[in-house]
Amino acid sequence: MKATDRIPHWADVTLVPLVSVALAFAISAILIWAIGENPWEAVKLMVEGSFGSSYGWGYTLFYATNFMFTGLAVSVAFQARLFNIGGEGQALLGGLGVALVCLYIPWPHWTLALIGAMVGGAVFGALWALIPGWLQAKRGSHIVITTIMFNFIAASLLGYMLVNVLRPQGTQDPSSPRFPPETALPSLHDILALVGIPFSRVPPVNISLLIAVAMCFAVWYLLWRTRLGYQIRAFGESEPAAEYAGISPARITIYTMLISGALAGLMAVNSVLGEQQRLVLNAVEGAGFIGIAVALMGRNHPFGVFLAAMLFGFLYQGGAELALWTGIPRELIVVIQALVILFTGALDNMVRIPIARLFAQARARGR
Amino acid sequence: MDWIMVVQVLDSTLRLATPLLFACLAGLISERAGVFDIGLEGKMLAAAFMAAAIAYATGNVWLGVASAIVASVGISLLHGVAAITFRGNQLISGVAINFLAAGLTVVIAQNWFSQGGRTPSLSGGGRMPRLDLPFADALRDVPVLGPIYSGILSGHALLVYIAFLCVPATWFLLFRTRFGLRLRAVGENPAAVDTAGISVVGLRYGAVAIGGVLCGLAGAYLSTGLSAGFVQEMTAGRGFIALAAMIFAKWRPWHAMGAVLLFGFLEAVANRFQSIEILGVGLPVQAMQALPYILTVVILAGFVGKAIPPRAVGTPYVKEH
Repeated sequence: MKATDRIPHWADVTLVPLVSVALAFAISAILIWAIGENPWEAVKLMVEGSFGSSYGWGYTLFYATNFMFTGLAVSVAFQARLFNIGGEGQALLGGLGVALVCLYIPWPHWTLALIGAMVGGAVFGALWALIPGWLQAKRGSHIVITTIMFNFIAASLLGYMLVNVLRPQGTQDPSSPRFPPETALPSLHDILALVGIPFSRVPPVNISLLIAVAMCFAVWYLLWRTRLGYQIRAFGESEPAAEYAGISPARITIYTMLISGALAGLMAVNSVLGEQQRLVLNAVEGAGFIGIAVALMGRNHPFGVFLAAMLFGFLYQGGAELALWTGIPRELIVVIQALVILFTGALDNMVRIPIARLFAQARARGR
Repeated sequence: MDWIMVVQVLDSTLRLATPLLFACLAGLISERAGVFDIGLEGKMLAAAFMAAAIAYATGNVWLGVASAIVASVGISLLHGVAAITFRGNQLISGVAINFLAAGLTVVIAQNWFSQGGRTPSLSGGGRMPRLDLPFADALRDVPVLGPIYSGILSGHALLVYIAFLCVPATWFLLFRTRFGLRLRAVGENPAAVDTAGISVVGLRYGAVAIGGVLCGLAGAYLSTGLSAGFVQEMTAGRGFIALAAMIFAKWRPWHAMGAVLLFGFLEAVANRFQSIEILGVGLPVQAMQALPYILTVVILAGFVGKAIPPRAVGTPYVKEH
């Protein structure tokens, strides 16, 4: 499309997403005003609740950790122009992997348990993404539809495992037993205490945050510094060109989905092992879907994903505070999430074309 | 399983298949015109809320149905603006619509009714009345025919019968009218339609709007016919089951009816039994819930006949200059 060519690269990666997000926030503000609350007060309350104390920061960072994993998962797939809506199911299966590893292997120390859980979560998540990836690569089944179907199949499978296999006898609650105490991960409170920084003990933010940040670097390195990453991006730019250059579409599709699923599955290390210390039915709580918004907003770049995950971490913690102190329900955040997806993903051209026109006018005047 | 139980399960199969059928036909018409519609779930949810809210406020269920259609068509047009006018990603737009409906219905319901994101229970004129087919009472005691006619077919809300009438209507529209021919052509080869001087954009908007009306009916039946009021996330994945049924039926109306009846039957059985035994193998209820999705994946994989979507589905049409 010609219109996009006329936008300088810096504006494409900063201005376009910022305008989209501003539009989403503006509509949300109108909605808050329409239900009889004060948008300005709401923003103040959200900022205060998520950044005003180490307690608030702790929850913001905990949510952001989840969203970094799922956002990276969606981004890697998007780079190969594969739309993986299955992050939710892959994270659920990752949770199952983490739970099996933690329950059935007697870990002597949390460091080993962490490594084991990462392998368990990543392998289960990757395998759950492998089937849709394989079906797309070998049978031509549309990956969007199969990953949606696999989300539902994952939910049923997890329900079966929790009710019929993992649930301790004599309990009603469909959840696994608690993991042994040796597997408990150090919280951010413990880590910061080592260097003498006081931090709230309450929020569930834990060492997985550092793993998530490391994954952002790892994904960046993979995509821009390795041969496979180059092939993934080339395949995403143009499938026929990539094939002409000797890149096998089937191989790239399957590899990309494996990496994507593994990243989604890793989320369970934070939520299942880091927070709940057991597997419950709704262990993912929509974080797989938020990954879509995070990836779109972050322009599929790991650094963008990091920033967008922080923004959504803030929205989730701030939204919980809003629901606590005002008449604004938590679901407002779902609306904001939907608007971010709509403007940055689907109505991209609506934002892009006027910006391109502005730049064209500026250039015409400069001449 | 005795006969009374069979009649009850089949009776509830028809009721559970109805919202699936409306939504499935909505997706079918939209995708036949070349527009992906994974926002069926969201449109149904928004319609379910509007139907229940307006039916409660006015005490008239038909006003509720009308507002459900308005809400659903409104969302369809938003999808149209994103997918057709601005040529955005149709799948992402659908995802956004699903979240938009999931969030907005609760925020608005909480604001209007303050009952934790639900509407008050409907009663009297706010609920969809049941229709008894003619001679249902007289035929009740006739063997075989009686249970089928009076027990299964009779005694549903009007929308159930409308849903099943929509099947031949959709077939006729798509395969026996000029509009239908053009609509299918626009889903296969929009450039050819454009060359013939027919508006691609207009046809696609038309298809998306028809889908909106059908999703409106699906949602309205869900909250005023199948249950008595709106609760958070009450569609519970039905939009995606409808999508699955559409693929299962390979985008054909009569087959769609078969698919939704099968999926409705599975849901009815899963609601009724915790586990069933088939040929000595115990089948857990979760397997029944997952079966529609598993079957769809198998069909998509082409192991049992290939499901080939309309050729132009998902690609925005860019006019050549």
